[in-house]
Amino acid sequence: MAFEGLAERLQATFDKMKGRGKVSEADVKEMMREVRLALLEADVNFKVVKKFVNRVKERAVGQEVMKSLTPGQQVIKVVNEELTELMGGEQSKIAAAQKAPTVVMLAGLQGAGKTTTVAKVANYLRKHHNRKPLLAAADVYRPAAIDQLETLGKQLNMPVFSLGDQTSPVDIAKGAVEQAKEEHCDYVLIDTAGRLHIDEELMGELQEVKEAVQPDEILLVVDAMTGQDAVNVAESFHEQLGVTGAILTKLDGDTRGGAALSVREVTGVPIKFAGVGEKIAELDVFHPERMASRILGMGDMLSLIEKAQTNVDDERAKQLEKKMRSADLTFDDFLEQLEQVRNMGPLDELLQMMPGANKKAMKNIQVDESQIGRVEAIVRSMTKHEKENPSIMNASRKRRIAKGSGTTIQDVNRLLKQFEDMKKMMKQMTGGQKGKKKGKGGMQLPFMQ
Amino acid sequence: MGFFEKLKSKMTEQTDAVTEKFKEGLTKTRDSFAEQMNELFAQYRTVDEEFFEELEEILIGADAGVSTVMELIDELKEEAKRRNIKDSKNIAPLITEILAEKLDKSGQDTALNIQEKDMTVILFVGVNGVGKTTTIGKMAHSFKQEGKTVVMAAGDTFRAGAIEQLDVWGDRVGVDVVKQQAGSDPAAVMYDAIQSARSKGADVLLCDTAGRLQNKVNLMKELEKVKRVISREIPDAPHEVLLVLDATTGQNAMSQAKTFQEATEVTGIALTKLDGTAKGGIVLAVRNELDIPVKLVGLGEGIDDMQPFEAEQFVYGLFKELVEEQEKENLN
Repeated sequence: MAFEGLAERLQATFDKMKGRGKVSEADVKEMMREVRLALLEADVNFKVVKKFVNRVKERAVGQEVMKSLTPGQQVIKVVNEELTELMGGEQSKIAAAQKAPTVVMLAGLQGAGKTTTVAKVANYLRKHHNRKPLLAAADVYRPAAIDQLETLGKQLNMPVFSLGDQTSPVDIAKGAVEQAKEEHCDYVLIDTAGRLHIDEELMGELQEVKEAVQPDEILLVVDAMTGQDAVNVAESFHEQLGVTGAILTKLDGDTRGGAALSVREVTGVPIKFAGVGEKIAELDVFHPERMASRILGMGDMLSLIEKAQTNVDDERAKQLEKKMRSADLTFDDFLEQLEQVRNMGPLDELLQMMPGANKKAMKNIQVDESQIGRVEAIVRSMTKHEKENPSIMNASRKRRIAKGSGTTIQDVNRLLKQFEDMKKMMKQMTGGQKGKKKGKGGMQLPFMQ
Repeated sequence: MGFFEKLKSKMTEQTDAVTEKFKEGLTKTRDSFAEQMNELFAQYRTVDEEFFEELEEILIGADAGVSTVMELIDELKEEAKRRNIKDSKNIAPLITEILAEKLDKSGQDTALNIQEKDMTVILFVGVNGVGKTTTIGKMAHSFKQEGKTVVMAAGDTFRAGAIEQLDVWGDRVGVDVVKQQAGSDPAAVMYDAIQSARSKGADVLLCDTAGRLQNKVNLMKELEKVKRVISREIPDAPHEVLLVLDATTGQNAMSQAKTFQEATEVTGIALTKLDGTAKGGIVLAVRNELDIPVKLVGLGEGIDDMQPFEAEQFVYGLFKELVEEQEKENLN
């Protein structure tokens, strides 16, 4: 069950036709087959795939690809362009009503992540737009759903409107809007119970809520792991409610997220946010072009770059670089570097974002976060003198460090060795004339096994 | 006797109530699936390349997964050739036969491993939002109906409101819930639960865990620890590790099954939310590629709607109209 990216799939096709110089129509057909399979494996609905492949084929059979010297890249380029266009060229913002409060209703299947997302959106509105939201607990069906929203409200220190689970969602929604007016809240975010799109009674209830409070924004919450059925779900919610946007959840998993494309194709509404983690702050504005690359299995370089930019302090980076050049790196610098990398988020996530990260080679790199913690513990168990002069390390010092960090002497030795190797490598990289000799394994970070 | 007749006669031996649940739960699934199949047979009179291409799409549309479908189609082509089937009408029974075979691949036992003399411990694992807590609530109800003493362990200490949710189920079903504060160590909750369930002389202990995406190494490690603690207290427990899968999930279900299996040696799958329009074709892929049997299916929101999985029931549910139509034709 290899989730190969489109780039790899196409590469295999090109390898077969290498040396033939020209690309024939049959070759294009073969390539389109690969595009189709890649999209199907990414869970894009087969009807959507069909339409899409036809569009790409038209462009490919035309001049663009067949005359190109690098047909593979041309196909990927065309696919990527078409995909990005389909995803909707640019990011879109959440509505703001002329007269406060703006009413936002969230709806979706059970387990899509509506309640968590309500809290995340509220947090986002306050943090990035300085808004004051009110959360409305209108999921009266799932046991303890109201408790869940109240707990989240407490964590965020935000007001939650609830009337228990014996009141109708319509009354709860109305009451929430009233309270928001009284308390001058800018937004009312209505959490609703998860329901099947074919459940007429419950869908009718949502329509009643809509009638009663006239939401400015109705957001469909969709699990990024949804399969082929995403089309039916999106179509039916849209038909019955007229959704204005979508939120994709659980995108921090390893799913390709082809459902995004299906939802977009059948509803035409923009995807506005993406849930990217379990913490409340882990909500991203949705970037269509990045999603296109992800579906194709081409990594998400842009997000990676952005993460690095927001988290690495320029000034400190410069200092570190200087130190690296002069190769007098100490364990203090090492620790600082480790922290900066860590601030960028879980390491396996970062690795996944790198283009080509899906290749088999990457699978062998097991990033174990607890391993980083261990490295940190070892370094922190060193005295200041030891950190600055690792060369003074002797058996007794190592024993003490191992004990202090709850590790073994072998662990300490390994780290010291890796640190020395790293320093050597840096000397080579930063213009030592003898640097032509290649290090045997390349740089090996202590937490890669 | 043809495969359809065999299937039909087997079904009549089943209790009507169970068959009814499957029929009802799969109404939506069946409607669109059977509709598509009927259209296919109407459109293509003869079995040719185009017929197979269309069939491939129907199966992929059911989330059965590209590689499983390819394999299935190849097998079908070969069988059709061997049996010299040219009329599309005659290939329908062959399709159902091969599907049922795939679901019941190695004749694995789909029954739960219940200890007769000792306490049975069942651990539920899965990604976020698949319905673990709800499944546990329903299971508790069904064990209670059988006259068993049940204890539930609130091992989801992470998600806001999760402990309360299990508590509500406990009240509803009339079953004790062992819990600690939110944020506490789930392994410690399990330890407590085992001691408490033992002292109560419980027959079944159902262990809830927090949903986690399978690519979070730390969280998977935490789950390994939970399982380790259970095994330390009762050497052959957990007797079942059930991976709860959402039927609407696409190809990622394979990755979920694989990773959770590596971490906790999953013994079976509970497939939830099969009452929507999702076809749960992933079951086919999971069974085919990973050989994990489906043991339970969620066919509705009612407290009784969690049912033991039966491959033939499942296929019968999907092909009911086709089976009946064939019968009519045979009579004429």
